Order: sequence, then structure tokens, then C-alpha cells
Amino acid sequence: MTWETVIGLETHVELATKTKIFCSCTTQFGGEPNTHCCPVCTGMPGALPVLNEKVLEFAVKAGLALNCQITRRCRFDRKNYFYPDLPKAYQISQLYLPICRDGAVSLSTPAGEKHIRIHELHMEEDAGKLVHDPWLDQTRADYNRCGVPLIEIVTEPDFRTADEVVAYLEHLRSTLQYLGVSDCKMQEGSLRCDVNLSVRPAGSAQLGTRTEMKNLSSFKAITRAIAYEARRQIELLEEGKPVVQQTRRWDENKDATFAMRSKENAQDYRYFPDPDLPQLFLSEAYLERLRREQPELSPAKAARYRRDWDLPPYDVQMLTSQKALADFFEQTVALGAPPKQASNWIMGQVLGALSARGLDSRDMPLTPRTLARLIQLVQSGRLNRNTAVKVFDAVFDSDADVDAYVKEHGLEQVCDAELVEDAVAQVLADHPKSVADYRSGKEKAFGFLVGQVMRRLKGQASPPAVHAALHSRLDK
Amino acid sequence: MEWSAYTALELGTAIKEGALSPAQAVQAGLDAAGRHTHLNSFITLAGTRALERAQQLRPGGAGAESPLYGVPMGVKDNICTKGIKTTCASMILGDFAPPYDAAAVERLNQAGAVCLGKLNMDEFAMGSTTETSYYGPVRNPWDPGRVPGGSSGGAAAAVAAGEIWYAIGSDTGGSIRQPAAFCGVTGMKPTYGAVSRYGLIAYASSLDQVGPIARSAADCAAVLDVIAGRDRRDSTSLEYAGPLLPRLTGEVRGMRIGLPGQCFGDGLNKEVRAAVLAAAEILKSRGARVEEFSMPMLDYGVPAYYIIACAEASSNLARFDGVKYGWRAEGCQDLTELYTKTRTQGFGPEVKRRILLGTFVLSAGYYDAYYKKALQAKALIKSAFDLAFQTYDLLLTPVTPTTAPKLGETLSDPLQMYLSDVYTVPVNLAGLPGLSMPCGFDSRGLPIGAQLIGPLLGDLPVLNAAHAFQLETDYHRRMPKGGDAL
Amino acid sequence: MKIAQEIVDYVSALSRLSLPEGEKAAMQRELEKILQYMDVLEGLDTAGVEPMSHVIPLENIMREDRVMPSQDRGELLAGAPVPDQEAFLTPKSVE
Repeated sequence: MTWETVIGLETHVELATKTKIFCSCTTQFGGEPNTHCCPVCTGMPGALPVLNEKVLEFAVKAGLALNCQITRRCRFDRKNYFYPDLPKAYQISQLYLPICRDGAVSLSTPAGEKHIRIHELHMEEDAGKLVHDPWLDQTRADYNRCGVPLIEIVTEPDFRTADEVVAYLEHLRSTLQYLGVSDCKMQEGSLRCDVNLSVRPAGSAQLGTRTEMKNLSSFKAITRAIAYEARRQIELLEEGKPVVQQTRRWDENKDATFAMRSKENAQDYRYFPDPDLPQLFLSEAYLERLRREQPELSPAKAARYRRDWDLPPYDVQMLTSQKALADFFEQTVALGAPPKQASNWIMGQVLGALSARGLDSRDMPLTPRTLARLIQLVQSGRLNRNTAVKVFDAVFDSDADVDAYVKEHGLEQVCDAELVEDAVAQVLADHPKSVADYRSGKEKAFGFLVGQVMRRLKGQASPPAVHAALHSRLDK
Repeated sequence: MEWSAYTALELGTAIKEGALSPAQAVQAGLDAAGRHTHLNSFITLAGTRALERAQQLRPGGAGAESPLYGVPMGVKDNICTKGIKTTCASMILGDFAPPYDAAAVERLNQAGAVCLGKLNMDEFAMGSTTETSYYGPVRNPWDPGRVPGGSSGGAAAAVAAGEIWYAIGSDTGGSIRQPAAFCGVTGMKPTYGAVSRYGLIAYASSLDQVGPIARSAADCAAVLDVIAGRDRRDSTSLEYAGPLLPRLTGEVRGMRIGLPGQCFGDGLNKEVRAAVLAAAEILKSRGARVEEFSMPMLDYGVPAYYIIACAEASSNLARFDGVKYGWRAEGCQDLTELYTKTRTQGFGPEVKRRILLGTFVLSAGYYDAYYKKALQAKALIKSAFDLAFQTYDLLLTPVTPTTAPKLGETLSDPLQMYLSDVYTVPVNLAGLPGLSMPCGFDSRGLPIGAQLIGPLLGDLPVLNAAHAFQLETDYHRRMPKGGDAL
Repeated sequence: MKIAQEIVDYVSALSRLSLPEGEKAAMQRELEKILQYMDVLEGLDTAGVEPMSHVIPLENIMREDRVMPSQDRGELLAGAPVPDQEAFLTPKSVE
């Protein structure tokens, strides 16, 4: 029997606000335990939540970009459960009236266009962090992350492959970064994904029993976990055993999923409207303002790059996949670099340098000004391409002044025609055999002569100028 | 006249005029409290701290423009006071000393209030008798064999006995008005949102409201002028149209006052009925127009109230788990045991009953039949009040069906206790201002209270009508057994 | 509404309360009596009535996204039942 894998995603994204969702403590990542906290964060008796206006704005922006219906009258509900990372013993979330519903995104995958429906997007608060202290044999609760704003984006079970899942998450990450609503750093946990997976006989319209996988902290983990879990479920079914609906934890080291201890009565969250938070009403004017403020997102940007600059599709996709990279590219072009040149440099040197250093495009040390100047020097013939690459490598980390560096290291190209002419004349006089070889049709000899001229000029000559001078004498 | 017989405003004037110093006022309060330890009105008496504070107050100092500058007062023990133990009269909070002041306390401090201590109450404000306190019951100053009402029983008893000149309490279903009635003092639950709830340890967030208990309506107005107003830390707090005190004219001519028939029917003690109707006559004599009308929706107040209040309480009290603050059960091996033991041993029976009830009405399968239904009943009760206020400026009702019962009398039958809140809970459901004022005594000499209810934000007309009544009567000036000597 | 013992056990577990065997039956009877009384609401026609969670129709009460200093950690931890300089402690709660 062939089996079909059916996947839905629940993605939690930390919003890039300065303060928490319900108090004015900083959302900064890290920090000594419990130092980004106040009575609201630690669930002190008598403390009350007050909504951060930026959270609403970011949630709506994300919803608009994911083509969702915006709930004009919405509110917060309490989700009640006991766990030490949740100091109030309830999470303020949205069940009855989530801020956004019924969205959709289109993905281009190697297998073609794929349509994914968004079930809902809602706002909620993050929980704290628990670390077990083996020395004390006690668990330490740090509430710095308590109240960091999250949006949870829930898709319909529309995915069939891990590739589609990754394409969706890449699209989501790019979109949210473009909007500036999240930095989506998986390694810092600002984008977290739970995968709901079931399998069914191919062609069946009925959904199988699903499991939920947690602790997936990279695209690689997601891909491997999907493969593992689909195989596990298929094996169970083929052995005639049932799949049990449960939450499973992905273990990166063991490359397998494991059932988590089922929380007692975990399902009955007794949601009810939070009496501490008045309802929200989103006026048409408010929505209109946010619509106007929406930036150009990657698909629109890609179309523009192709249309205006005729860049190859692969380059366009790479450049627009990350907002920081697209911004870098556009600023370089705005400073006068020809788009094709700028693109080549970014696709080659810039991405190479970033990946060699394990840097994200947002952490780029080089400024567009420096790259644009470098490109200009090559274009005007004052630096040759190879030297320019060396200069690039030298200034990438410090963003040092290109002109000063070139001057200091005497790297400027010799463009003085007379100097080139003199060198050529000297080389031809010194190597009559090579001249004769070339004239008798041995093309290789030309390369040797070029090399000799370059050597005389200490490698600072412009190769086209040397070629031209040699040809003009030899081909007479 | 003894200082303890003064109203808060009178004492404030005496302090302003130099007839006594704030420290002497504190000493007078402490002396009265010392004579009445059997009342058990305080959980924490902060005498030394209060004296130090009083000695720092200077004529013309910050806040001296307040008419209550230097007047000793008390704070119900579910309102946070920075560095002073705040227990909610529960074992589970242990010696919890909050790291912050409640908004109302902060404002009172700025106005030169001197806090004598933290007042006894029903555990987590759940009760109508102040018998559910972990720190023992409070006794009624008018008859120590009887309850002072609840849940702000310590506050009402302490004001009645002249230990403090006013108190701030909380009222979720009558917790200010009912003990005020039983103790012969004036208590007001303002419009929901008038006073910030920041720092009030929540029982039922959509119903809880902080308010004053004092001798007179004018005192209550003066306290509200200090504590009311929008607070950026409480999203449900409202802009307040104060000050109220200068606008208390006692003028009620032409005011239309409605008496809901449902509040004067079976189950109402005859003496209470007579006293409340007599109060209506007095307002009439000052020019108000009084008439009876029918408001059948009031009959659904108690069930709707207890469903909503318990549901919210089950969520609000979940944070008391022995991890972050308060008391923790010893010797627990795992997390569930820690939670369960701490909560089972740390909460008293009435709190547990309400948590279970609240958990039940929110649980899967019962939400619609109970919780949602109660929210719908609340909407209908609110509409019924809206309709009534199209015809009437104020409503007048009894506060309680009877005068104060004996200790232990109601505790055995929780439902009976819930039913005694019949006149007060609809006011909380609709978010309205309600005031309880002394309007007479029964044949045993126990105080009787009348309740004035106003429309949303109608705190001023409520206080003004009570002020008018108190200009005509002296029930609010009477002290238990000839002053403070019990 | 009849309240079965299982329901009392279920809501007790949800609330992290454990009634001693001796108190269970009494609690069951009390809850049943109270809930039976609450059934008077069944007689109330609420068709088409919007459940009212907030009695005051406030809307859009929000604050600016501006950082304010957090509270001193020592003050927040001062009331913890198990003293520690940095964190709140619980029995083992993570794998």
C-alpha cells in the first residue's frame, strides 16, 4: 500500500517588540535569570495585564501579509493549566475570537505551486524557562521570557512533504522579517514549530490519527523528524497497530521522536474571556493605516528585480529571500553600482564571506557604501577583479575605507598606457622565441607574454589593457 | 466627645487645626484597638510603623491639602501594602509581604494617610461573615456573639469600634456594603473601574472593586476623591469625574427613587423592611419622589453571581501553588504533590468549595450550561437596571435580609449564606455604584442598613442621597454601647 | 444537576486539590445542592443574548511599547518559600 503523509503546523513566533505583551519589562533575549521581571511577569497577587499596542499592530500586519481575515472585535481568553513555567497558572491567549483567521499562502516548490491555508493566527504570552539543577535536584524557574509576545500561526493540514513544510517556514520567516515583526531566529527560539502529522492510505479522504511533535529547533530537525515520524506511523499501521494520539518530543541526538509523559487532564484548559483585558475594536481607519504601512514583500520585490533589472531567477530568489540581503543589495545599487555587478558580488563574495563566518545577513559587518565603492573601482579599471576580491576579504569585517586600503597597499591598477607600452616592448624584446611561437600559431605563447608583462608591472596592470597592447604589436 | 466618635473628616479638620497631632490620632486608634482585641479586627497591627509615619507628617507637607491628611485608617488584608504582610486571611499566603503597594494605597499615602494595619476578612474575600478567616473570626462590636458580616468584616468592625476612622475594603458581591450594614457604618462600592484594582488580590476580577468604609457618606466621598481615577496599570480603570466631596449638597428635591418590589418580598425580616421603608420616607420628606416598581431579573442575581465569581476565582487562585510566594507544604517529592498538598492544606473549606464550583462550571461540557448562561443572565440583569434607570435616578433596597446572625449560624449551610447576598450581588454584576448606610436598629439593638444604587458612574447622586439622609438622621453617629467602651 | 463522585474527583484533580476521603461526600452533597439551586437559570430565556464578559464597554486600552525598569530581583524572590538568589525553585519539572 502507498501511504500519504498529512501535516499541519503550529508555529510560535516571538514578536520583535521592545517590551513584553502585558507589562513594560524588556523582551531582550538572555539576561541574568529573573532580572527582566516585575510583579506582572512573576504572577504576583494583585498584578494586572495591560496590552502593548505594538503587539496588536504586529499581529495584524502578519495577518494581512498572510492574507487573513482580521477579526474586528477580538479579545483575550485565559487558558488554565498548572505548570511552573506559567506563574499565573493561566496563559493569556485567544481561543474564541483570534485576531486573524482564514488566510492562505502560495509557495513555489520544486514540484510546483503549493497552496497552504492558514486556519488562524492569535496573540498570546510566552512562558518562562525551566532548567533542572542536578546539584540541588530542583528545577529553577526563570521568568524573563514570561510575557514575551507571541503569535501562533496554525495552518490547515495541507502539507504532504517535508519540502513543503520547509518552503512554508522559509516563506513565513522571510515575510515576518520583511514586516519587521519578528527576527525569527530559530536558534534563540523566536520561531518555534510544532508539527502535527498523520498518515493515511493514498487516495483516502479521511485523516488518520495524528501525533504532535515538539522541540524542533531547525529546518534540518523538522525534515528528519517528519521522515522519522511518518515511517514510524506507517510501520505501526502496517503491523496492524494503532497510532496513538499523543505529543512526541524530537530528540536531535537520537534522531527519533519519543512520547512525552502525558500531562494529566491536560486537555481541559477551561478557557474563558479574560476579565482583566477589555475587548479590542479595530476600526477601518486603523486597518487602512496598517495596510498602507505594509512594506514590499519578497514576491513583489522579486518581480520588480526581474522586471527592472533583468536579473536571473536564482539570483532574484536568493537576494529577496532575506530582507537584510535585499536591503543591502538595493542600497548598493542606489549608490551607483550596476545591479548585475552588485548581484554578482553579493551572490559570490558576500554570501561566501557570511557563511564562512557563520553570520546571518542581518549581522553583516560590511556596508553597502564599501561594496559600491569597490565595484566602482573595478568598473573604472582602477582595480582588477582579483585584487578587488582580495580587498573585499580584507575590509569585510572592519568595513575599512577601500580607497585608503588600496592606496596603503599600493594596489591600484596601472592604467597609464605608456607604462604598459614600455613593459610590453621590453617583454617582446626579451622573449623573441615566444613572439615567434605566437606568430606561428601557438596561442599558449600569448598567455606567457601576458604573464611576463603583468610580472613586470607587479600584477597591478589592467588585464584588458595588457591584452590590447600585446595584440596591437603582435598582430601587426 | 472622644476622638473615636469623630468622623474621618472631622478628625482631619481637628488635625489641620492643631487640636491633635497625627501621632496623637494614631495613639487614639491604637488605644481603641487595644481595648477591643476580642473583636479581632486586625490581622496585622502596624502600630510602630504608623507612629513613625505619623511623626513624619508636618502641617503643609506633601498631601496636606487632603481633608484626610494624617487621619489613621486601615487596609483590608487583600490589598497589597509594600513590605507589610498581606495574607488574604489565608494560610496559603503565609508571611507574604508584597514588593509593591496597591494603586489605592499609593494614592492614600500621597494624601498623607496613616495606615494602622491590615484588616481581617473572609479568606480571599469569600464569605459573608468573616468567619472563614485563617486568623479567626471577627466579632461584631454591637454584639460580640454575632458576626460583623463579610468579607470586609474587620474593616467594618474597626470603623464601628472607633479603632480607625476609615478603611479601604473590596466588594465583589457585597463585601463592603453588607458588613457596613451589620456594623452600623457607611460603605460604598463605587462604579466598577472607578478605583484601580492594581494590587487588589483578585477574587473575581470582573466584579471586584475597591471602596471605602467610614462613618458617613461624606467620609466615603473624601476617600474616593483620593483613591478613584484612571490608573495605567489597570486596563479596566476609568476616568473619574471628581472631586465628589465639594458637590455633596444634600439636595434631593425632585430626585426619583425606585424601590424594586423583589427586594421587599418574602425572606426579608420585618424590622429590616420597616427601617428601609422609613429611610425612603425620610428621603421623601426632603423632596425625593419614591415609588415601588418591579424588577424580576433580580431573582437571577445570586446564581449568575456565584457561577461567574467562582469561575474567575478558580483561575485567579490557581497561582497560589507554593512556588513563588507564600506557604509551601513540606516533604513533597514531585510537582503535582507539591501543588496538591500546598493547595489542599493552604486553602480553607469555603475557598476550596468555590474553586471546585468554578472549575466545574468552566470545564468541558458544562461551560455553556453554566458559565455562558450566567454571562447571558448578567447581560439581562444589566439591561434591567438600564431600563430602571430610565425612570429612576436611584434605587433603594435593603442590604441584607436580616441583621447580623450569631457566630457559626450560617457557616454550616453555604447555600443559605449565598442566598443572603441577594440584594447586593446584582449591583456587582451590573458594575453599578452601591452604598450601604445605617438606617436604624432592630429590637436587639443591631444596626440595619439601606442600600442606594445608582446608574453607571452615578457615584455622586448615590453619595449625595446618602448625605441627605445623614443630614436628617444620626444612625451613622451612634457607637456600640456608649462609645468605644464595650 | 446530579454531581457524581467522579465529577468531584475530576474537578479536584484539575484544581490541584485533594479532599480527604472524609470530606468528599459532604463536598459532593454541597456542590450538588448549590448547582441544583443554580439550575433556576435554566428557566431564563437567553435566546439571542450575547454573553457579557465586560460590563463597562471599554475598548482598545493599551500602552505604548516603551521599556520601564524591571523590579529588583531580590524583592521578587524575597517571598519565595525556598530561598534562592536567582530563581524560583520547584521539584523536578523538566526531563
